[in-house]
Amino acid sequence: MLGMPVVSPRGVGNLRGDETFPQAAHHTLRDAQLRRNLGNATATIRAKRAAVVAELPDWEELREAGRQLKVHTMAHLPDYLEQLEAAVTARGGVVHWARDAAEANTIVTELVQATGADEVVKVKSMATQEIGLNEALEAAGIAAFETDLAELIVQLGHDKPSHILVPAIHRNRAEIRKIFLQEMGDVDPDLTDEPAVLANAARLHLRRKFLAAKVAISGANFAVAETGTLAVVESEGNGRMCLTLPETLITVMGIEKLVPRWRDLEVFLQLLPRSSTGERMNPYTSMWTGVTPGDGPQAFHLVLIDNGRTAVLSDEHGRDALNCIRCSACLNVCPVYERTGGHAYGSVYPGPIGAILSPQLTGIEDNASLPYASSLCGACYDVCPVKIDIPTILVHLRAEHTETYADEHRVPSAEAMAMKAAAFVMSNPTRWRLALRSARLGRVLGRRRGVIGRMPLPVARQWTDARDVPRPPQQSFRDWWAAEHQDDP
Amino acid sequence: MSARDDVLARIRAAHRAAPPPVLAYTDIARNYQTSSELDHDQLLDRLVDRLLDYKALVRQTSTDQLAATVATALAERGVDTLVVPAGLDDGWLTGTTVTRHLDTATDPLSVTELDAVDGVITTCAVAVAETGTLILDASAGQGRRAVSLVPDYHLCVVRAGTVVADVPQALARLEATRPLTMISGPSATSDIELNRVEGVHGPRTLEVIIVN
Repeated sequence: MLGMPVVSPRGVGNLRGDETFPQAAHHTLRDAQLRRNLGNATATIRAKRAAVVAELPDWEELREAGRQLKVHTMAHLPDYLEQLEAAVTARGGVVHWARDAAEANTIVTELVQATGADEVVKVKSMATQEIGLNEALEAAGIAAFETDLAELIVQLGHDKPSHILVPAIHRNRAEIRKIFLQEMGDVDPDLTDEPAVLANAARLHLRRKFLAAKVAISGANFAVAETGTLAVVESEGNGRMCLTLPETLITVMGIEKLVPRWRDLEVFLQLLPRSSTGERMNPYTSMWTGVTPGDGPQAFHLVLIDNGRTAVLSDEHGRDALNCIRCSACLNVCPVYERTGGHAYGSVYPGPIGAILSPQLTGIEDNASLPYASSLCGACYDVCPVKIDIPTILVHLRAEHTETYADEHRVPSAEAMAMKAAAFVMSNPTRWRLALRSARLGRVLGRRRGVIGRMPLPVARQWTDARDVPRPPQQSFRDWWAAEHQDDP
Repeated sequence: MSARDDVLARIRAAHRAAPPPVLAYTDIARNYQTSSELDHDQLLDRLVDRLLDYKALVRQTSTDQLAATVATALAERGVDTLVVPAGLDDGWLTGTTVTRHLDTATDPLSVTELDAVDGVITTCAVAVAETGTLILDASAGQGRRAVSLVPDYHLCVVRAGTVVADVPQALARLEATRPLTMISGPSATSDIELNRVEGVHGPRTLEVIIVN
C-alpha cells in the first residue's frame, strides 16, 4: 500500500540468514580459530575504547547530546531529508530515492551503466551490503571491487563479513596469505604472512585500480541536512581514493544517517572514533558537498534508501534502533557475539544492534530468533554512544514475537502453555502456596550436587540444557514467615 | 507516486502511528565541553604529543627558520620531486633545490604525475590539539584533495595560529561545503588479526612542521 511503512522485501539483500540463531551458533561455536581471533580482537578493542573514553571528562554529556540529536532528527525526518536534498542539488549533486533494496540496486546499476563503465571501486558500506548491491551489479555484468582491506579479503575469499568494523576477523594471517596467492593475479609469489607484507600486497593490488577507476560507490557515515555535506570516516585511505579520483561518485545512504546541522558533527566526530576503533580520531575523514569544480568527482549521485526503516520508525518502542551510528561498540562488548561471531546472526547487522535492527527491518518473523540471542546483561546499553536501550527493545521484540506467533497459530506453543499455567498458579494465593508446598517434592532431585540439572520436560528442557536450577528449599519463604511471625497480630 | 513522495509519506505515516517525543533543536542538551583551559603553548605540546602517538614525524621551528627546516626535512627524506599546490607560500621553499611540480586549477597534474613524485607539501586550515588532527579545506597552499593523497610523503606546515583545542572549535572555523580532509596520522589498518599496520593507501609518511 503506497505511503505506508513497509518492511524490507524478501528475496533481495542480506538481512536474513538461512538458519535460526541457535542453529547457526552451534556451527560457529565449534570454530576454535574464530573464537580465538574474535576473543582477542574484541578484548583489544574494548581496552582501547575504555582508555580513550576515560580521557574525556564530558563523555556522558556527549552521549546524551548524541542521543537527543538523533531523537530530534528522527522526529523531523521528512523536513531534514528535504533540506538535505535541496542542499545537495544546489551544489550540483543529484539525489535519488529508493523505497527498497531492489529499487536501490536498479538505480545504482543504471547510473553505472550510463557512464559506460563495467567496473566500479567500492568503499566499505554496510548499506550496500544490506541491499545486496554487489550481487545486483554482477548480474548486470558490472564488477564491483571492494577496496577496504578486510572487505577485499572477504571478497577474494568468497566469504561473508563477520563483524561490522573488522569483517575479516575470522581469518588468520596464513589464510589471508593463501587467499591473496590464489586470487590476486599480480601478487608476488614469495608473499609471506606478516601483516605488513600482506597490507603492502593489498596496497599495490588496489593502487592500480584506484588510479584508473572511473566510477566509485560509497556509503556515508553522516549527512548534514543544513549544508548537504556528506562524511566518510575511515582508516586506510581507500575512502579518500574512491571519493577523490574517479569521475563519478555514487553514495548509497540510509535515510536515518542524517544530522541536522554542520555543528552537530562536533558531537558525532567525537563519539564515533572513540567508540569504534578506540582512537581519539580515525586517520582520515573526508567531507564533501555536491560537486566542487576541479576537485574530485564531477558527477555526484546520492541514493537515499528506506528498505524497512520507515517500518522501524513506526514502532514507538523499537525506533531508537535507527539512532545507531554503526560504531560496533556493542558487538565488541557482547558476551554472546564474542563467542558466536557475526555469521551466526544471518544478517549484515549482527550483535546487539543487529538483534534489534534486523528483525524490525525485515519484520519479526523473518528474524524471530535474534531478539533471543542475548543474556540481557545490558553491556551494550552502557557502551552505546547514542544510548540506545538495546535490552528494553530486545524484550519488547520478544513480546512482539510471542504475540505474533499466538495470532498466527491456533495451537499455542509449549512456552505459551507453560506461561498460562504459571499465570494460573501465581494469580491466586492458595494455589501459589500449594504449588510451593508440592515443589518441595522436587528436593528429591539434585540431592547430590545441590542443584537440579537437566529436566527432560517441554520448555524446561531447553532452559535447563544450559542452566542449573537451585534445589527447592526445605521450607518456603511464606511458611518461614508464617512460622516467624505467628504471634504477630 | 514517485519513490520520493512514497518514502516521505511513509515517514509521516510512521509519525502518525507512533508520535515521536517533542524535542526542539534549541532544547537539545549540549553540556559537553567546547572550550579548553590549556594555554597556547600547552595546546602545541598536546598537538605534538598526539602526532607522535600516531607515528607522524614532527618538527617545531620559528618563522625565520622555516625555509631551512623544510629543506632539512626534504633532504632527510630524500625527496627530489615535490608537488606544490597553488597558493603555497613561496618563501618556504627558498632553502631547497627539489624539483617543484606545481598544481594549479588551470594546469592540474595528472594522476600518473602525482603517482610518480616523491612527495607533496601543503599547509592546513586548522589543526586540532586534542586529537592530533590536521584539516585541509582545499584553499590556498593546501591543494585539491588528490595532491595530498597520491604521493607517498606528505609534509604539512602547520602555523601555530591555526591550532585549536578540540573538534567543536575546529568545525566552527571551517566552511562546511568546501572539500574537507581530516588527517590524523598516516593511514593504517588493523584488519589482519587486529595487528596495526601503518601505511596502506594514502601517504605512508606524514611529516609535520609546526611553525610558531
